[in-house]
Amino acid sequence: MRKYVIRRLLLLIPILFGITFLSFAMMRIAGSDAVLQRADASGVALTQEVIDAQRAELGLDQPFLTQYFRWLGGFLTGDLGVSYVSGNDVFSTFVSKLPATLLLTATSILLTVAISIPLGILSAVKQNKFTDYLIRFCSFIGNSLPNFFVALVLMYLLAICFPVFPVISTGLSLQSAALPTLTLAIAMSAKYLRQVRATVLDELDKAYVTGARARGVRFSVTLWKSVLRSCLVTILTLLAMSVGSLLGGTAIVESIFMWDGVGKLAVDAINMRDYPMIQAYVVWMAVIYVVVNLITDISYRALDPRIRLGGEEA
Amino acid sequence: MSGQASTVTVRRQIAKKDYTKVRLILFTALVAALLLTAIFAEWICPYDPYEQDLSNALQPPCAAHPFGTDRYGRDMLSRIIVGSRASIFSALALVAIIAVAGTVIGVICGYYGGVVDGILMRVSDVFLAFPSLIFAMAIAAVLNGGIQNAVLALAVISWPKYARLARGQTLAVRQSEYIAAARLSGSSSFRIILRHVIPNIAGTVLVTAMLDIGVMMMEIAALSFLGLGAQPPTAEWGSMMSSGRSMLQTYPWVVLTPGLAIFVSVVLFNLLGDTVRDWMAPGSARKKRN
Repeated sequence: MRKYVIRRLLLLIPILFGITFLSFAMMRIAGSDAVLQRADASGVALTQEVIDAQRAELGLDQPFLTQYFRWLGGFLTGDLGVSYVSGNDVFSTFVSKLPATLLLTATSILLTVAISIPLGILSAVKQNKFTDYLIRFCSFIGNSLPNFFVALVLMYLLAICFPVFPVISTGLSLQSAALPTLTLAIAMSAKYLRQVRATVLDELDKAYVTGARARGVRFSVTLWKSVLRSCLVTILTLLAMSVGSLLGGTAIVESIFMWDGVGKLAVDAINMRDYPMIQAYVVWMAVIYVVVNLITDISYRALDPRIRLGGEEA
Repeated sequence: MSGQASTVTVRRQIAKKDYTKVRLILFTALVAALLLTAIFAEWICPYDPYEQDLSNALQPPCAAHPFGTDRYGRDMLSRIIVGSRASIFSALALVAIIAVAGTVIGVICGYYGGVVDGILMRVSDVFLAFPSLIFAMAIAAVLNGGIQNAVLALAVISWPKYARLARGQTLAVRQSEYIAAARLSGSSSFRIILRHVIPNIAGTVLVTAMLDIGVMMMEIAALSFLGLGAQPPTAEWGSMMSSGRSMLQTYPWVVLTPGLAIFVSVVLFNLLGDTVRDWMAPGSARKKRN
């Protein structure tokens, strides 16, 4: 186990290099020149000398790789430069908006679990009965709805037609969180419910279930005591794996509901072409995603002794 | 078990297969109808989708304008019909690009192995490490909008999935005896890949691709909605929703009808994708339906 963890941590290093390098290169290709960008943003015409001097000051006259490592050094020490638009420190802005996004992520995951695990199990137990078809139908519909459309429909129904919730967020309250949470949870549940159903069905298909039935053990006992217990690890792992799509989804949903988190920050930054801010967002989201996946993988193995340690899947 | 039981199973399988075929024909026809609508959009739409008529602005749905009109008095139905071209064909192009590119990379990696395989798989690890929509948003921002750029942005982040799939499948196929036989009989690697490997993995790739069309359509629409795809005068569903967003309260049809169009097309493509999957793998389909 320890060997596995160490190997995974070592594998993390090239991936983190890749992530940072790619994000850096992308913004360099795009933003090309921070000095001109800033001059454009402030509407000041600069002479060539001033531009050159500022470039030298920012290290933009140095080779690409040198710039990358300087930027990486800054990234590691929490210095990601200043926003082209507001002039504020990027990293502290990002950190100040992060709690709102984490809150939204947490409520969405909770709601997803509350919706999809019971329904997934029910659907598996009632396989090919009316209940199963109904649940699968709903999941199919949920899978075919883009989340911004869900957001707008919910907004129209629950905030405009029947004003139960505020149209846009009025700060970090549960009431404001309700609609964005619901939006994210609908998309996530639809996907996740199928996975829960498939996992439970696989488990129900195993010989011990038939054996227990033959011995006269009540089905509900087998289901709750054996089947669900052995499914649980897989189910929770799949949940953690879907965090990635949730992170992407929050950006749009946050900006629709004016939820003041990093997603809205990123969408605003993209509209203003505020490259340092976009860069910070992309890198940090990727890092969070990678770390969540790593923790999931490791705990999956730690919790489930059946998984062969070190067995690498392609 | 007795012979009786096995006949029953066989009969059930036959009945189910027919059912799948019916679904296949039905959904293929519906998707074909959708594609034909997109191809012949300009001849089908009742009004000119770009002609402004300010005296008729923001009409609610009525007989003359079933989906109402937008703030410039343009007929929503016509705009949605014409918008289908951008929305649907960009998704199809995107899926075609990533499926082909990913498969080529994956097959080469899986067949030859070695250093190239190592490097390309590490590269794909890095791409897989990004939440896809976030990465696509950043690239689309770098490339400055436009629907081609949105497609490109999503292609850059989405190919590794296919590369992984094709690589795994190639590794499995490579072990087969007929590959060894082909090699012994003097076939070149290129010929083996083209004649034996690709046909064997094409089915799996095709099913994955079919199921991806809906997802990609939603992601392209999401980028357009954020202003990173098709730009406003162009009729495209995501950007139509985005430009009508502020009118949700007063003129909901301007926002909701393009959304409905996205929904219906995604449903059709997903239904077809599910059916093709069941059709290609009859036995396991019933239970393993993700």
